[in-house]
Parts: sequence; structure tokens; C-alpha cells
Amino acid sequence: MADAKVIPFDDDRSRGSAVQRPPRRRSAGSRRKGTESSLVREVQPLPSRPPAQDDVPVTGEEQPPEQPRDESDHGGLERRIAGGLAFLRRRLTGDYDIDDFGYDEELTDQVLMSLLRPVYEKYFRVEVKGIENIPSDGGALIVANHSGTLPMDGLMMQVAVHDQHPDGRHLRLLAADLVFMLPVVNELARKLGHTLACAEDAERLLAQGELVGVMPEGFKGIGKPFSERYKLQRFGRGGFVSTALRQGAPIIPCSIVGAEEIYPMIGNAKTLARVLGFPYFPLTPTFPWLGPLGAIPLPTKWTIQFGEPIPTDGFPPEAAEDPMLMFNLTDQVREQIQHTLYKLLVQRRSVFF
Amino acid sequence: MGKVVLVTGVARQLGGRFVRRIQRDPQVERVIAVDAVPPEHHLGGADFIQADLRQPTIARVLAETAADTVVHLDVTATALGSGSRTSVKETNVIGTMQLLGACQKSPNVKRLVVKSSTNVYGSAPRDPAVFTETTPPKSLPSGGFAKDTVEVEGYVRGFARRRPDVAVCVLRFANILGPTVETPLASYFSLPVLPTVFGYDPRLQFVHEDDVIEVLRIASHEPERGTLNSGTFNIAGDGVLLLSQCSRRLGRPTVPLLLPAVTWAGSLVRTLGMTDFSPEQIRLLTHGRVVSTTQMRETLGFRPKHTTAETFADFARNRGPGLLPPETVAGAVDRIAALPLAGGGNLPTQSAN
Repeated sequence: MADAKVIPFDDDRSRGSAVQRPPRRRSAGSRRKGTESSLVREVQPLPSRPPAQDDVPVTGEEQPPEQPRDESDHGGLERRIAGGLAFLRRRLTGDYDIDDFGYDEELTDQVLMSLLRPVYEKYFRVEVKGIENIPSDGGALIVANHSGTLPMDGLMMQVAVHDQHPDGRHLRLLAADLVFMLPVVNELARKLGHTLACAEDAERLLAQGELVGVMPEGFKGIGKPFSERYKLQRFGRGGFVSTALRQGAPIIPCSIVGAEEIYPMIGNAKTLARVLGFPYFPLTPTFPWLGPLGAIPLPTKWTIQFGEPIPTDGFPPEAAEDPMLMFNLTDQVREQIQHTLYKLLVQRRSVFF
Repeated sequence: MGKVVLVTGVARQLGGRFVRRIQRDPQVERVIAVDAVPPEHHLGGADFIQADLRQPTIARVLAETAADTVVHLDVTATALGSGSRTSVKETNVIGTMQLLGACQKSPNVKRLVVKSSTNVYGSAPRDPAVFTETTPPKSLPSGGFAKDTVEVEGYVRGFARRRPDVAVCVLRFANILGPTVETPLASYFSLPVLPTVFGYDPRLQFVHEDDVIEVLRIASHEPERGTLNSGTFNIAGDGVLLLSQCSRRLGRPTVPLLLPAVTWAGSLVRTLGMTDFSPEQIRLLTHGRVVSTTQMRETLGFRPKHTTAETFADFARNRGPGLLPPETVAGAVDRIAALPLAGGGNLPTQSAN
């Protein structure tokens, strides 16, 4: 695999500096004003202060003003209860809509996202950069690195887009076929808006103007040993590029730092994996030795950076069949993700803070 | 000169309704209704000819009546009355072969309409979420009605190659529901308690029997201006319902069973001969199936009057309430809402935003 030999960490690209500067300014003490969560989260990559400490006072500050409001204003609470009961009523009578892919927007917004949000905010303390690179409407393909033994990074990316994007866009992830073979998992995945990673589904979603997330490394990325962390694996055959080209959708590279360390995979029980029909069976320092306890991920600190979109609408229609162009574009996306990964790693102070 | 329409499979409700409807069209001069058994319902002014499709007599019928349009509806999943699976398969496959042979010899035949089913796509976790007419199935149906339809369609394609002067229209219907039709899925939804597969929530699509009659009528006449009615078309109502939604709207509780248990119970029920709970039915109720209806809209120029949800509502109205009617459930939720605030306060913790 031809990796980049020279990695310009200090290249002053407009995107990198634009993201880095606001935190530096806010470190002067204007942090308290930024109560809006999207601003707060941008604050975190301070070189001088541990972000975990940042986060705790913020939530402490945010909650007190909320609680008195609830107590003083019973109308708000009642409205919430009424809303909750109306929701319950709709769910119990089956009076809700899903789309062709089985995406249940209401359930995702009201329940599933609420379940994932504590993990996102409190456990992994995800910090999102470059959310403005995601267009506010129209189809776009987000291409991210994949890691962490279990696909937590996809879910966190979905929460990041859902909670941070000003237009409240929904990310539709493409998942491996294994996801749709497992009971319960396939049901939840469909309701969260995920679908099978195949060209037909991806094109259909992009044609509908949806934001599609794909992790082209697949099992090679998610099941790689801990020693190879943050080394991007091969990007399949670059099928995602031709899909994006056919729909003229921009490709947004996305780098996720922190997911590699949640389950440090030090071994792979290949025989057991083959028996169970899984692509790999992870052995971590805690799993399966501690049983279910070992399945708890390590509380690493995450950073998700969305890069500058790579436009694909300037190519002629036959470009989607041009293998050279495919390889070039795939490499370009891959290099950009890898560079951003290294850059974020250099900026990172510690795995856990 | 009016048209002479030959319809097979008229002993069933759907065939009978279609015969009665097509007579009212001004361009139709004569309707010949064919089936192996005399129908219990009246056929209006149509001429009923009792002929077994599996016998070569159908060729004589076709020659004597000089029919120019053949509508082949005798491709069905279940036997009429007490017939074995073998005889159903023979009627489907051998019957179609005989009919196509007869059509090939007849110089009068100008148009052939064949009722097929979206069963031809199978139902597997590795399939794309939405099937188009050109999607090759990942795993071909291994038996039962689904395999019959695949074979029937194969023979029809062969016929279309040999007689390019005949306009051939294959209509792949999604699950047909309505007040009168009896399909395996309708009898499934009539069970007091619905057995489901644990951990799977299949997406289902329905088409109303009124729409079935209408689209068959469109296919058996000359195409309207700007449309084309030869080829293969998916026919389904708009929208998708999950099995869980269906059960809630019907008010019938579900009993989730593990997949091996369902397969075992299905074969047990089949052996006892109670209902046709076939393996492909179980696969449909595990993985679900959704088809694209773009071709139906844009090429065939047909817009169904009933969406999937409306079709299901119409079906549910005619089936009577289940054990947990949605109105009762909604009433119960409303009663909780009417309780004092303290009682209802802890309910919407998760659902309220």
C-alpha cells in the first residue's frame, strides 16, 4: 500500500486554520457566553486546557437555567408530557410513517438519538469540526475511516450530523450485509435509516437528495489489529466514487479520531470467528476475559472532522466507468482522510482527554 | 371490430371481478372465461369454458374463439378449495406452458398479459432495499410459488422472443389485499395473534384489489398516448408499512419467535395442512420486500388509487377488530393523559424530547 511518505503536518490549509483559530480566541475567557452546544464543542481542542474539564462545567452551567424554567413554567412541562403522550399514542396505534428503506424518522429523533446522545456527549465527548462542509441540502456522500471493532464510529458520526448540523440533516449510513443478517441489529439499523452498502441503495438515496455515509474500508478497517491503528486500509474498489459521480454528489472526506482505541484489538480468534460466521472475533485486553464487562468500550476522547467537499459534478457522464479516474479520486479522498487523521493525532493531547 | 378477451383463472374472486369489469369496456366485444372448475360467482355476460390449462384443449379453445387478447391470471400461490401444492405448481407452470404454446400457434393473439408476483425477487438480507424491474435477485427462490413465478416469467420471456409481434405485459404484483381476495398473507393477518420472527421487522408493500383490476384493464387494452404497456412492471401501492405497524393497526398482538422455531412451526402447520405457511412466506415476514414503482408510473402510466397504508386500512376494516383495537389503545393513552400531572409525569421521560 503506497502511503503518503511526506506528511505536511504544518501545512497551513485554510480549513485547518479556520477551525483552529476560534478555539484559540475563545480561550481568552469568552467561553461562558458560548452556551450553544455547537459552539461549546468547537471550543474543546484547546492546547492548553484539558477539554474534559471544559465539558463538565458547561453542562453544569447549562442545566441550572433549564430547571428553574421548567418549575416556574408548568405550561412547558405539560406541553412536553402532552407531546410525549401523543407520541406514545401514535406509536402504539401504528400511526407513523417510514420510508422505502424502513427509516423511522420519528423513532430515530425521539428515542434512538436520545439513547445515543449520552454516549456521544458524556462518554466519548465527541468534538466535531468542519460541520459547515456538509451542504445544507442535496445529496452528498460522506466517506469516513472505519475502526473500533464495533461500528460505534458510524453511530457517533450519525449523532454528530444530526445534532450539530444547523439544518438538522440526517445521515443515512451504508452498512455491511452482516448487519442485516443479525436479528434485532437489522431492525434497529433499518429504523435508524441505515441500508445495505450496495450501489443501488446508495444511488437511490443520493438521488433523493439524502446525505449518505459510507466507510469504504469495511471489515478490513474495523477489524484491524491495534498495532495498525490510524493506518487506512484499502478503499475497496472505489465503488463509492462511481456512485457519487453518477449522481454528481460531492464527496466529503471525514476523519474520526478516538474510535481506534475503544476496543484495542490485540488478537483475533479466527477459528471462533469462522464458526460464528463473523469476519473476525476480537480479543482485547478485557474481552472476552471479563465477560460482558469486557465489552464496555474505553472512554476515549473523540474528534470527528469533516473535510472540504470534493465536487464530482464537473465530470462527463461516462467518467463513472473510467477506472483511472476512479483510482485517482479514490486516492485523493483516501489521502485527504489520512492526512487529516495524522494532523488530528498530532493535535491530540491524550487518548482519553 | 371489437376485441375478444380470453381470461384464465376466473374461478377465483380476482378473476371473476376482472371478467365482470372488462365486459363494460366499449372496445371489448366478447369475453371468454376459462378455468378448470366452474366459478361460484357470476361472470356477467362472459362465456365460461371449462378447460384445464394443463391439457392441450386450451389450444382448441383459443383457435375456436379467435381471441386476440389473453389475460393469464391462473398463476396463484394457493389451491382453490382442496388442492395439493403439486397440482398448484402444475397449473402454474405446465398451464402457462400450454397456454403459451397455444398462443404461439394462434395468429389472432395480439396481446398477452401475465399476472406475476414480486416474489420473483426473493427476500434476502443481502438484497438492495428497493428492487427495480432489472434487479437480479441475490438468491433465487428455491421453491414454492416464488419458484413457479420465476419459471413462468422465464417461459413468458421465451414466448416474447418467439412472437415479437405480440405485446407481452408481465405485471409483478406486490401482496394483494382487499375486502374479497384470499391470499396467504391475508389469512396470516386474520390470525388472532400474529407470530413474528424475533428481531426482524420486515417492510411490506400492498396493492389494493381495485388497483389490480384497473392495471390489468390498462395492460389488456391499447396503450394510452405517451405510455407503453408491454414489458415487465412492478405494481404496488405507494409507501411502506412495517409488520409491527400492520399488527398495531390491525390491533392484533404479535408473538415474536426465534427464526428456527418459526421455520419448524411453519413446516408443522404445513404438514397438518392448516394453512399455507410456506418457507417463502416466512422469508417475506423475516426480511420484507419493497419494489420500485417508477416504471409503473412513468412507462405504464398507471397511478394506484390506494396507497399501501390505505389498502391495509381497507383490509383491516373488513376483517373486524383484533384483540387490541387501536381505538382502545388510543383511548387508554388518552386516559393516562387525563390523569393528574403527577401520575403522568414520569411517562414521557424518553419519548419527550
